[in-house]
Amino acid sequence: MATPLVDLKDISISFGGVRAVDNVSINLMPGEVVGLLGHNGAGKSTLIKILSGAYQKDSGEIWIDGEKAEINSPRDARRYNIETIYQTLALADNLDAASNLFLGRELTTAFGFVDEAKMESETKKIMARLNPNFKKLGEPVSALSGGQRQSVAIARAVYFNAKILIMDEPTAALGVHETQMVADLIKELKAQGLGIFLISHDTREMLDLCDRVSVMKNGALVGTERVEDVTEDDILSMIILGKNPKEAA
Amino acid sequence: MSDATQSTPAPKRSALQALEIDTRLLGMVGAFIVVCLVFNVLTDGRFLTPRNIFNLTIQTVSVAIMATGMVFIIVTRHIDLACGALLATCSAIMAMTQTAYLPQLVGLPLGHPAIPWIAIAVGMSAGALIGAFQGWMVGYLAIPAFIVTLGGLLIWRNVGWYLTNGQTIGPLDPTFMQFGGINGTLGTTWSWIIGILAVVAAIWALFSARRNKIAHDFPVKPMWAELVNAGIIATAVLGFIAILNSYEIPRGRLRRLFEARGETLPDDFTAAYGLPISVLLLIAIAIGMTVIAKKTRLGRYIFATGGNPDAAELSGVNTRLLTVKVFALMGALCAISAVVASARLTNHSNDIGTLDELRVIAAAVIGGTALSGGIGTIHGAILGALIMQSLQSGMAMVGVDAPLQNIVVGTVLVVAVLVDIIYRKRLGAK
Ligand SMILES: Nc1ncnc2c1ncn2[C@@H]1O[C@H](COP(=O)(O)OP(=O)(O)OP(=O)(O)O)[C@@H](O)[C@H]1O
Ligand SMILES: [Mg+2]
Repeated sequence: MATPLVDLKDISISFGGVRAVDNVSINLMPGEVVGLLGHNGAGKSTLIKILSGAYQKDSGEIWIDGEKAEINSPRDARRYNIETIYQTLALADNLDAASNLFLGRELTTAFGFVDEAKMESETKKIMARLNPNFKKLGEPVSALSGGQRQSVAIARAVYFNAKILIMDEPTAALGVHETQMVADLIKELKAQGLGIFLISHDTREMLDLCDRVSVMKNGALVGTERVEDVTEDDILSMIILGKNPKEAA
Repeated sequence: MSDATQSTPAPKRSALQALEIDTRLLGMVGAFIVVCLVFNVLTDGRFLTPRNIFNLTIQTVSVAIMATGMVFIIVTRHIDLACGALLATCSAIMAMTQTAYLPQLVGLPLGHPAIPWIAIAVGMSAGALIGAFQGWMVGYLAIPAFIVTLGGLLIWRNVGWYLTNGQTIGPLDPTFMQFGGINGTLGTTWSWIIGILAVVAAIWALFSARRNKIAHDFPVKPMWAELVNAGIIATAVLGFIAILNSYEIPRGRLRRLFEARGETLPDDFTAAYGLPISVLLLIAIAIGMTVIAKKTRLGRYIFATGGNPDAAELSGVNTRLLTVKVFALMGALCAISAVVASARLTNHSNDIGTLDELRVIAAAVIGGTALSGGIGTIHGAILGALIMQSLQSGMAMVGVDAPLQNIVVGTVLVVAVLVDIIYRKRLGAK
């Protein structure tokens, strides 16, 4: 078997008394989309935040490309080419789309000053791919709609040649048309060989986009299945009952 | 989420929109002009004389320099209550360095040309170091800045006291004192040269920005608007220089200057002060700080962190180290303010910079810096400092009682913030 792009082994983390992620192991192959499903508060976001460096795990190991990785901050994660679209979007509301897109990785001129014009024109290009109606380039993102903000967050994650992409409910605020564009984008990136962790509550969308789905309940992993082996009902019962019907059978 | 409504650009743009002048800035300039005109009437024309304008500018410099640093502090959602006290410590260190440490411990004779520069370097290092230490406590130990600097307010004022045993230290080095204002001015010719250079640089910056925008296919202002802006800048800069150049040095002082050189003052000789070095210093700092704010990564991170600290951290910004840098910068600026303030007074005294922290915060806030973070400009803070100083000197000239002066300044501060809140709500921004 090929080496996984990401291998999360026995990851656990607690907040106070709450065991938000409990001994979870999942992996991700290049060119694969793995979906994370589960009820609200199941621990999906917390798990992927450990991979993106936002939280530090209490125990467990992270392996990237067959090597043990130390990820203690978002900066570390970026070094492994991990890009994340957070559920909360994590945008600086007072800055415009271009400043947010390049935050932490500004383009600079020969003199070391930030190259505003260059960043703006790059933003224009990438936004045209994601959301052709997007026009408010110069305004602070606080003046954008929820979906427009989401487009900015997606643009930021895909602009910088990620190898591993984490998308936490990327389409939650998007319209039908924009959701379709993100679905197309996911397929395109997958074809380029990226590995993608996708979190969503839309079971049907997940079955359409993912190669495998993992279901979590109360911090623990219920099971991971290839999408062709399960029905939507199987997944729903995994989410609600916390039992894998195929294992029970 | 369709943007159909936005896809057609607004067809009619008013002249003001075409000029792309910040309306908030315009409001502040307007308020400033009103203040000046009212006081000018109340003082029978004494407020807007070259002499008073000269004095007003040199009195504003020290607070204005610190206010530029306070913008960064407040933008990152912190506060610095210790800047007045830190000014006092830096002033004490520099006064002791030039009058005692260097002559007595190192053996440099008083008046040695290296003394003022060594003193300034020592003072700025001390200021930056103390600032960095306070920033480290805020950033890495997570003690609220309010508490760290409230402690600092008590600590640094009295560290300054111990350094000098509570004594007034003076007179300071003559070169050092040139940074104070009246003792160091450029004279007519150099003031004009600097003014013209400034206008040329500003116009060049305006048009190179335009060229850059065109190169990237971005919309630009109509040419006439560009020219009007350039005209406003040129008039403002050269008008300011003209006013300073028309404040003539009194004959008594000229006579002393000539006598000091062993000459006698010719009957028809006149000379004007021109641009004070301290004001030039403030302008240089304002430009430097604006470049940091707008054109460097550091500035980007300062504003991003103020807008959303979590987002900045998740985007890979080291927000703790950023806090240290911002406070260190503030410390260095406090030291520069200490140079100006002590040079203006020609000595270091214990109470130097007392209550400056409040003036500095007020200047930044009147200048449009939002205490909720993420918003603020350098030029706004300087204008805020100028408005505060005008109010204070104007009321003093009119003969308003000192207690009433403070009541007015306090009221203005609160009202200014209220107006700002209403203005931002109208605009729909936060
Ligand atoms: N920073 C935190 N401090 C304390 N508890 C937290 C923190 N972050 C998450 N939790 C807790 O951990 C558990 C898992 O939360 P998480 O956000 O991972 O859920 P989720 O599966 O992403 O849910 P949703 O579908 O609603 O996004 C919840 O009980 C939550 O309250
Ligand atoms: Mg979540």
